[in-house]
Amino acid sequence: MSTVTSSTPPTPAVPSPSPPSSATGAPARTARIALLRWWPLALFGVLAVLPYGTVRVPGLLDGPVGSPGSLQLLALCLVFGGLATSYDLLLGRTGLLSFGHALYFAAGLYFTDLAMLEWRLPLASAALVGIGGAAVLSVLLGAVSLRVTGIGFAMVTLAFAQAGAILVQRNPGGVTGGEEGRAAPSDLLPGSLIGIENTPNLYWIALAYLALTLAVVHWTSSSPTGRVWAGIRENERRVEVLGLRPYGFKLVALAVAGTLAGVGGVVYLLLTGGATPQAAGSDTTLSLLVMVVLGGSGTRWGPVLGGVLYTWAAHRLGDLANSSAIADLPGVLRVPLSQPLFLLGSLFVGVVYLLPGGLAKLSSRWRPIRGGLTA
Amino acid sequence: MTSEALLSARGLRVVIDGLHILHGVDLDVAPTGVTALLGRNGAGKTTTVKAVMGLVPRTGDIRFAGRDVGRLPTHAVVRQGIGYAPEDRGVFAGLTVAENLRLAERDADPAYPFVYELFPELRSRGRQLAGTLSGGQQQMLAIGRTLLNANRLIVADEPTKGLAPKIVAEVADVLARVAERVPVLLVEQNLALVRRVAGTCTVLADGRTAHQGDAAELLADEEAARRLLGVGGGHPVAASSIATAAPAVAAASAATATATATKEAP
Amino acid sequence: MATVVLLACTGLGLGALYFLIASGLSLIFGLMDVLNLAHGALLSVGAYATWWGAAQAGLNYWLALAFGTAFGTVAAVVLELVLIRPLYTRPRDQILATVGVGLAVPALLMGIWGGDARPFPQPESLAGTVHIAGAAVPVNRFVLIGAAALVLVALRLFLARTRYGLIVRAGVEDRAMVTALGVDVRKAFTLVFAIGGAAAALGGGLAALYFGSVNPGQGANLLIFAFVVVVMGGMGSVAGAAAAAVAVGLVQQFANYYTADGLGDLAVVALLAVLVLARPRELTGRLA
Repeated sequence: MSTVTSSTPPTPAVPSPSPPSSATGAPARTARIALLRWWPLALFGVLAVLPYGTVRVPGLLDGPVGSPGSLQLLALCLVFGGLATSYDLLLGRTGLLSFGHALYFAAGLYFTDLAMLEWRLPLASAALVGIGGAAVLSVLLGAVSLRVTGIGFAMVTLAFAQAGAILVQRNPGGVTGGEEGRAAPSDLLPGSLIGIENTPNLYWIALAYLALTLAVVHWTSSSPTGRVWAGIRENERRVEVLGLRPYGFKLVALAVAGTLAGVGGVVYLLLTGGATPQAAGSDTTLSLLVMVVLGGSGTRWGPVLGGVLYTWAAHRLGDLANSSAIADLPGVLRVPLSQPLFLLGSLFVGVVYLLPGGLAKLSSRWRPIRGGLTA
Repeated sequence: MTSEALLSARGLRVVIDGLHILHGVDLDVAPTGVTALLGRNGAGKTTTVKAVMGLVPRTGDIRFAGRDVGRLPTHAVVRQGIGYAPEDRGVFAGLTVAENLRLAERDADPAYPFVYELFPELRSRGRQLAGTLSGGQQQMLAIGRTLLNANRLIVADEPTKGLAPKIVAEVADVLARVAERVPVLLVEQNLALVRRVAGTCTVLADGRTAHQGDAAELLADEEAARRLLGVGGGHPVAASSIATAAPAVAAASAATATATATKEAP
Repeated sequence: MATVVLLACTGLGLGALYFLIASGLSLIFGLMDVLNLAHGALLSVGAYATWWGAAQAGLNYWLALAFGTAFGTVAAVVLELVLIRPLYTRPRDQILATVGVGLAVPALLMGIWGGDARPFPQPESLAGTVHIAGAAVPVNRFVLIGAAALVLVALRLFLARTRYGLIVRAGVEDRAMVTALGVDVRKAFTLVFAIGGAAAALGGGLAALYFGSVNPGQGANLLIFAFVVVVMGGMGSVAGAAAAAVAVGLVQQFANYYTADGLGDLAVVALLAVLVLARPRELTGRLA
């Protein structure tokens, strides 16, 4: 997490060597660079101690930061930040527009839940079943859907995901629980993960999941394979001209992203205590797409930012709508403001239209201004 | 030459998918006769033509009949009075011959008599799907489309590509007759044809203009032709097929002249 | 026998609905290479506008349907002019923009009229059933089939007989070449969006009759099956979409009835994957 990858577009957290201003001392600049380079660690440090926080953030969160309610929401934000990061491995790093990422998330979620419910496996083994199931599924379906490209690929992945969603909803053999879904068996879950007082543990697991996806995505995309992904994203034909088969590389990307989504499914299961069919729906994939594009596709922090912002907004804006500040507004304003998805959808369209790089690009736009101020 | 050129491009550049295809092409099309655009395969001839037509993103200066057309979208360029017959002929396979022609109509009074005079088959095959035509017939359709409207310039990109020698000769006749009415910018690999019809020429190499001048002079200069085009003189086969077709040309151009006269009478 | 007739009529009615969505989707994709994920939202807009006309404004069904269709047409034109056209050189962003609209519009409908299904008032004249071979088939099935047949004929005439129809057919084959003949295809884009929006909104108004209620998610649910129809029928082919819509509607109904519930839906969705994989050239290369 220390250097800028060659595959990321020029929006690094580390400023590229700026024209040497002879007046400022070199040590000061080095210190600033070090600060900029290590801020992610500092951020994760702060995030890790949040459960002990008693600060109130009015408007953003209901109770103190460390309260179970707040931690639960924050943990959800972190999980979706991680999921969006895993999805961006496809969209932003490899240039694959998949409409089926929710399938692997749902696979991790349902396989783990069902392995506990039906086979009475302990959580650790069940999680392995879930993650393994997501991995195998992503390789199998990926191998098939990658036979086509572009819109064809988008449509095949959409079809597979929709088939999965239908299967889950129709409740074959009473296994998936249909519309209701199925709660995880509390007797098989470790005591430290159950109960409102243990929310901090779940929060830390979510934080660890986010760190894991960031690390994996960063590591893989700065590996030689990652450089081929970047090549495929820019121009697939040129990769072929170099004598490489894009198919295999794209399959690896799908497998890595699918497995990470499966892990996310397990974390989500622990966090929400059950599996519901909404997880498999095409809306989930579309949400991930919105998160990634909102935050900034192909950047390191953009998908996290988008995932956190989206999840927070989807949960909090609804509550905000019931607050007196909004309930007293005339209908023309109140109705759209009370619908988080309307606001998010509109914001998304605005970002696509006006800010093609996503919110992460904003920081690079501000940099010259900031530089001008500090100089 | 610049002052009187019908179409002139300066510093034409094209970048597609990060690849620089044209690095600065200068092109002048004479206000009469045929101007040939020559160069080896991959020199950028088709891209130059597409850049002029606005079919690829381009930068640089393009003036047509004194007007800046370098930033116009394709349809607006065409409406300045340019007829375009693209490299792959661009006929709509799923449409009939008559529909292909109808789609190209821009003027209130399209010159069907002239087109049918030139290519009687386009009338008799009007209801046939264009995709079922032979390559030569498709090329006739592509050229016929450009002649329906009162264009000020015809752009023909390799009209003889992939055609049998006998058909090549027919296309050559047609081009010669068309050039009597309206100036032509011709992209061509067949140097015998160029020698026969072209007055001036521009030679491209590696996305740049390598030579501009008289076509006959260039082709007479063996050393220059080899250096710029990678060939000696013309292709003997094509040359002979055009020679044999020559008598037919004379007869046909007489007919064209009559057709033109009747067309322009009212 | 009675069951078969009822299933066939219901399947055809469903097929008619799919055709109304898919025909516009197919023309839009065929001509413009835009995968319009907001097409389901257009159906929902038409459904709610028809419902509003019939249940709130007190119009009779046909007037309400005309109002809904007109409203959806305007919405589609606005969508094309405001969002799709400026992104003409960014095909992927066009898709993303339609995703955003596809999320925002149902949410807005939910905000105004709530997330629950709203019952649709059944007009007296269409409430009855017709007896065919012992089966009591609801009249609204035939309304759907008739409307779809009319739209099919109208679209075929438009494509075959008008200049814009010619431009659309040629543009589906080679859009760049159409512009190289001096035609401003952007007008055709707006027109195709208007046609697609009208057909989808009409489908929405008829879906309200067919399902007996409207809900914000209706359009999105039908969209996936419309995709199957579009791919099966061939991009830009209206006749193909009609044939495929009939096939999909029938297969779905019969499979859902005679095998496990939901298996028909599953079979149709699986068919989408199989078709795309079997005929990749239909779609490949249109979007890098």
